[in-house]
Amino acid sequence: MKLITAVIKPHKLDDVKSALESFGVQGMTVSEASGYGRQRGHTEVYRGAEYTVDMVPKVRLEVLVDDLDATGVVEAVVKAAATGRIGDGKVWVVPVDDVVRVRTGEHGADAL
Amino acid sequence: MVDTGATAWVLTSAALVLLMTPGLALFYGGMVRPKSVLNMMMMSFGALALIGVLWVLYGYSMAFGDDVGGGLLGDPTQYLGLKGLMEDTTSEAGGLPAMAFVGFQAAFAILTVALISGAIADRVKFSTWMVFAGIWATLVYFPVAHWVFDFSNDETGHVGGWIANGIEAVDFAGGTAVHINAGVAGLVLAIIIGKRRGFGREPMRPHNLPLVMLGAGLLWFGWFGFNAGSALGANNTASVVWVNTLVATSAAILGWLLTERLRDGHATSLGAASGAVAGLVAITPACSALNPIGSIVVGALAGVLCALAVGLKYKFGYDDSLDVVGVHLVGGLWGTLAIGFFAVENAPQGASGLFDGGGLALLGTQAVGAGAVLAYSAVLTAIIGFALKAVMGWRIPEEDEVSGIDQHQHAESGYDLVGSFGGHGPSAGPVARSTTRTSEGAQA
Repeated sequence: MKLITAVIKPHKLDDVKSALESFGVQGMTVSEASGYGRQRGHTEVYRGAEYTVDMVPKVRLEVLVDDLDATGVVEAVVKAAATGRIGDGKVWVVPVDDVVRVRTGEHGADAL
Repeated sequence: MVDTGATAWVLTSAALVLLMTPGLALFYGGMVRPKSVLNMMMMSFGALALIGVLWVLYGYSMAFGDDVGGGLLGDPTQYLGLKGLMEDTTSEAGGLPAMAFVGFQAAFAILTVALISGAIADRVKFSTWMVFAGIWATLVYFPVAHWVFDFSNDETGHVGGWIANGIEAVDFAGGTAVHINAGVAGLVLAIIIGKRRGFGREPMRPHNLPLVMLGAGLLWFGWFGFNAGSALGANNTASVVWVNTLVATSAAILGWLLTERLRDGHATSLGAASGAVAGLVAITPACSALNPIGSIVVGALAGVLCALAVGLKYKFGYDDSLDVVGVHLVGGLWGTLAIGFFAVENAPQGASGLFDGGGLALLGTQAVGAGAVLAYSAVLTAIIGFALKAVMGWRIPEEDEVSGIDQHQHAESGYDLVGSFGGHGPSAGPVARSTTRTSEGAQA
């Protein structure tokens, strides 16, 4: 099993969600995040005083998938989240030892 | 005979002026960070509470009692607890019941004290603030209100203050007594108390600009009572003042936004709200002495001057957090001195400034009035500020200042939002707690 984590632009969340649903992914966890990469932040001015705002709002999306689906899911996320401009985000994949469904106690792929 | 028109207008104006303090709480509250919004607003509400009581107990008497000598102070015992003012004395007071005037002026005293709080945001013990508010009102505002607002009355034999009757400086609604007074007190306190942790290094940007704009709107609305109500009658003076208060403020917004656009590249909402307040401050002393065109000039220049003045704190390194100095001290000085240039004889005040052929005499008088209030307030505020620093201490502990004064001083948080979208760094918001000890205790 793999955990796929994507940090994307907030306004692309709906596109990514639809793409994953078409792919057959049945669940996901989404959280609000803030941070920066190569794009850095932006500047705001209040009463003449300049503030550099480093942290940019992002959405962090996590999906647990079977090994065989991982590549396809990553491709789907990247395709849906891309705008071609700086700040589109990142997607990464890590192996997962075990998953348990809390309600039934099922383990492994059955719990996905 | 009661002049019902005048009484109705002054009572209405009193309520308008009182609304300015909650308006100020919103204006200031939106400008601080989310972790200190409640403390900021509580400083205004603390002034509403304490000064309202002190005004009735002895404040009115100190300001508007018969002079005890030299035009410096009203007799504090004459109207102690407002004694003798419940009877109808309107025949002596030009048709206006004394209590209407008591109420109207109470709102001025409250607002003046609340204005100071903007200079010392995010870092001051609420207890020290409240003690300061009471002492400052007693030693500074009540006497200065007597100097500026208490006019002598030959018919009743009442003797008033020295600025109003001695040198006869023009200050229609309180450029000196309210704005210069509070502005310089804010400057002195900001220096005595010291900077916020991280001032000049960390971003301390306003957390809620819509609150700031709502507050500025309420201030403007209330200010029509402040200025036009100061005519103490429903008459031509009040009407002229009303229009001057409108147009100077409008022009000041334009002046501030233009300055920002040229200097920083953008016209900002904080600039519009600040420009409105700067214009209101500047027109306050001058609203009865100018014509509407003069008001536009004075207002527009107030917007430009104050927009430039708010940068001074970075140059000189004092943390006047919400620009009480840049807006109220600079705006108040400008408005008070501008009378010396722009006053026209056919305005209700009937004074003649430099550009109206009146020479420099009026400007000199205005400078004496402004300088006297500035010096007195600065010295007394410094004495009170240092005394309280020694006796009570001003600052909350560093750790609590960083984690948030609302939690430390009031055991509350302004917003129950988990995770601030678009915020920077770890959320300054509260962690939700699920314990309900109080309700369990009540059931047991």
